[in-house]
Amino acid sequence: MLVINTIRNSARLTLRNAWLRNSLASRTGPTNFSRTFSLGLTLRQQDVVNVTFVRANGERIKSSGKVGDSLLDVVVNNNVDLDGFGACEGTLTCSTCHLIFKVPDYEKLPDKPGDEELDMLDLAYELTDTSRLGCQITLTKEMDGLEVQVPATINDARAA
Amino acid sequence: MLAAVNLNLAPSCWPVLPHVQNFALACERSHLALCFGLCHFSITKLSPKTNMSFTRSFVYSRHKLLNIYSCNLSTSAIKYQNVQQSTAAVKRICIVGAGPAGFYAAQYLLKQLSDCTVDIVEKLPVPFGLVRFGVAPDHPEVKNVINTFTKTAEHPRLRFFGNVTLGEDVSLQELRDRYHAVLLTYGADQDRELQLDNERQAPHVISARKFVAWYNGLPGAEQLQPDLSGRDVTIVGQGNVAVDVARMLLSPIDTLKLTDTTEYALEALARSKVERVHLVGRRGPLQAAFTIKELREMLKLPNVETCWRAADFTGIAEQVDKLQRPRRRLTELMLKSLGEQRKPRAAANGKQFLPIFLRAPKAIAANEMEFSITELQENEAAVATEASERLPADLILRSIGYKSSCADAGINFDPKRGHVCNRQGRVLKPGESDAVEPGLYVAGWLCTGPTGVILTTMNGAFAVAKTICDDIANKAVDTASAKPGFEPGSRRIVNWEGWRRIDQHESEAGKAKGKPREKIVSTEQMLRIAGV
Repeated sequence: MLVINTIRNSARLTLRNAWLRNSLASRTGPTNFSRTFSLGLTLRQQDVVNVTFVRANGERIKSSGKVGDSLLDVVVNNNVDLDGFGACEGTLTCSTCHLIFKVPDYEKLPDKPGDEELDMLDLAYELTDTSRLGCQITLTKEMDGLEVQVPATINDARAA
Repeated sequence: MLAAVNLNLAPSCWPVLPHVQNFALACERSHLALCFGLCHFSITKLSPKTNMSFTRSFVYSRHKLLNIYSCNLSTSAIKYQNVQQSTAAVKRICIVGAGPAGFYAAQYLLKQLSDCTVDIVEKLPVPFGLVRFGVAPDHPEVKNVINTFTKTAEHPRLRFFGNVTLGEDVSLQELRDRYHAVLLTYGADQDRELQLDNERQAPHVISARKFVAWYNGLPGAEQLQPDLSGRDVTIVGQGNVAVDVARMLLSPIDTLKLTDTTEYALEALARSKVERVHLVGRRGPLQAAFTIKELREMLKLPNVETCWRAADFTGIAEQVDKLQRPRRRLTELMLKSLGEQRKPRAAANGKQFLPIFLRAPKAIAANEMEFSITELQENEAAVATEASERLPADLILRSIGYKSSCADAGINFDPKRGHVCNRQGRVLKPGESDAVEPGLYVAGWLCTGPTGVILTTMNGAFAVAKTICDDIANKAVDTASAKPGFEPGSRRIVNWEGWRRIDQHESEAGKAKGKPREKIVSTEQMLRIAGV
C-alpha cells in the first residue's frame, strides 16, 4: 500500500502542476515559473466556492465546487455521503436533491425556481418556503461559505 | 475503475472466499495500472477486459477519476482484507425482486455492512422492474436511476440471478435456509378490479397495468392487442398511471417513435383512432390523485385540448387558500386551465383529454360505461347517489391501483389489501400474534401497497435495509453459522454479464431506429442473447 500511495500522491502532484501550468498558459500567456505558482493558487482560490451541507442531526459536511458547478455536481464530484442524492441526475424528474436554504441565502439566489422545479419540490419531504433542488443551483463566487440544510434521511435517525 | 476490477475478477472468484486475497492483490495491481494510465496516458499495461472498462470510464475528467480512485479503491482493498479475516461472519442476504426497492436496499446494505454479501434473485431475465416496465417511455430521465442501480449491481459483493422465480424455481423456505436474511421486494404485479358484473368477460375492458406492460414490452404482455379502433377511451382512476396511459394514447406518434416504446405498440398506436380520453375519478378535484408534473405535461401536449367540467369545480376556488402548498399548486393549475378553456369544439385534428370528477363506476355496456354520480362526505369519501351518467367508452381501461400477489405459500400475505403482513418491514408470523419472522423482511410496494414516487420507494427501502442492519447488530437475526447462498444448479440463470449482453443488443438495435433501445420482449430470446 505504501508504494501505491506514493505513486498516487506523485500522480496527483503531477496532475495539479500540469493543471496549474495549463490554466495559466490559457489565461495570461507565458510567464516565469515562480510567479506562475502563486498566481495560479490565487486564481484557483477565486474559482473555488466552499459549501457546507448540514444534516438534520447537526453533522456538518464541508465541501467545495467551482463557479458554474451545481450543488448536485458538488455532491457527486466530492462523493459527499448523502444516500440517494440526485437519483435522476439533474433532469428535474425527482426531488432527491432537495436542500433547504437560510432565508437570506435563499433570497440572494440569482434565479427563482421555475414551475417544473416547484412541481418536483411539491413531492419532497420536509418542504419549506426556502427549499430548492440542488441540481438547479449554480454556484457563483458570492455563494462562497454557503450553508445548506439536508432534509432528514434514514441515517440521521440512526445517528441522532 | 471499481467496475473494471470487478469485471475482471468478480464472477470467477468472488463467491469463493479464500480467493478474496487474490482479489485484494488484484485491486492493488489495478491501482498500479491506473496510475500508469493517469500519468502517462498509457493503458497498454491493462488486460483487454480492464482496458474496455477503462475506456468507458475515461469519459470522466481526470479530476473525477482521481477522486473515484482515491476514495473508493483504496478502501475497497482494505475492506476485502477485513472480509478475509472474518470469513466465518459473512452475512448472506437475499433480495427477491430487482426493482427500485431491491436495488436501493442492496445499495444501503452493501454500504453499511462491510461483511455482507447480497444476492438479488429476479423472476425475469432482465433487471430494474418497473423502471424498465412501468416508467413511461417518454420519461427517459426518470430511468437515469438505472445508472445508480448498475453501480450497485457491479459491486463485488453483489450477485444477480435473473430468470429465477420465487415459488417455482426456489421456495421461500429454501432461501431462508440458505441466507441469514431474506428481503422480499417483488412488487405489485396484479391490479385492483372494479367489482362490476361483466368486467372480466367484456372484451373492451382491460387493465391499465397490462396496457403499460404492453407498450413497455413486459414478456407476455405483447399478446394484449388493445382495440384502438374506437373514438372514445374511458380510463377509470386518476392516478399517475392513468395519466401516463392517457398521454401515450394522445401523444403525437412521431414523439413516441423516439422513445423505447415497443415496435408493435408503436404500430398499433400509429393506427389508433382514439380522439377522446376520459379520466374518471370517484372524488373531487381536491382529492385528485395525479401529481402536478403529470398534469402540466398533459396541458402542454401538442394538438390536445384539456376539457374540464366547470360544475366539478363549484366552490373549489374558495378553498384554495386553506390548502397545503402541493395541493394548492395542483388545484391552482387546474383552475387556471379551466379559466383558459374555450367552449368545447370538434377540432379537425384536435384530440381531447377530459378529466371528470365525482363519478363512480356502476355498469359496463358495449360502447359506453355507466357511472354513479357521487357526493363527498365530511371525511372526503365519495358516496354514490341514485343519479347516474353514461360516458362513451369504446375501450375501458381500469386504473384504480395495483396489488401484489402471493408468490410463495410460505408468505404471510394479506389477500384483501394485496400486500405482505409486516411491521415496519419485518414480516409478521401468520395468525393473530404480533411476532415477527426472524430474518424475513419486505420493502417497496409489496410492503406499503402501490403508492408514491421513486423517492418514497427509495426512503422506504433504505429504512427496511437499516432495520436489517439493526437486527443483525442486535443479534435478532442469527448470523453465527455460515450459510451457503443460492446454488443455481442447472437452471438457466442470467447473471449481470448476461444482462449486459442483452443491454448492448437492445441499445444497438435501438440505434438503427433512432430509439434509445429496442426492447427484447421474448424471454427465450433474452436468454439466448445472454448466452444461457
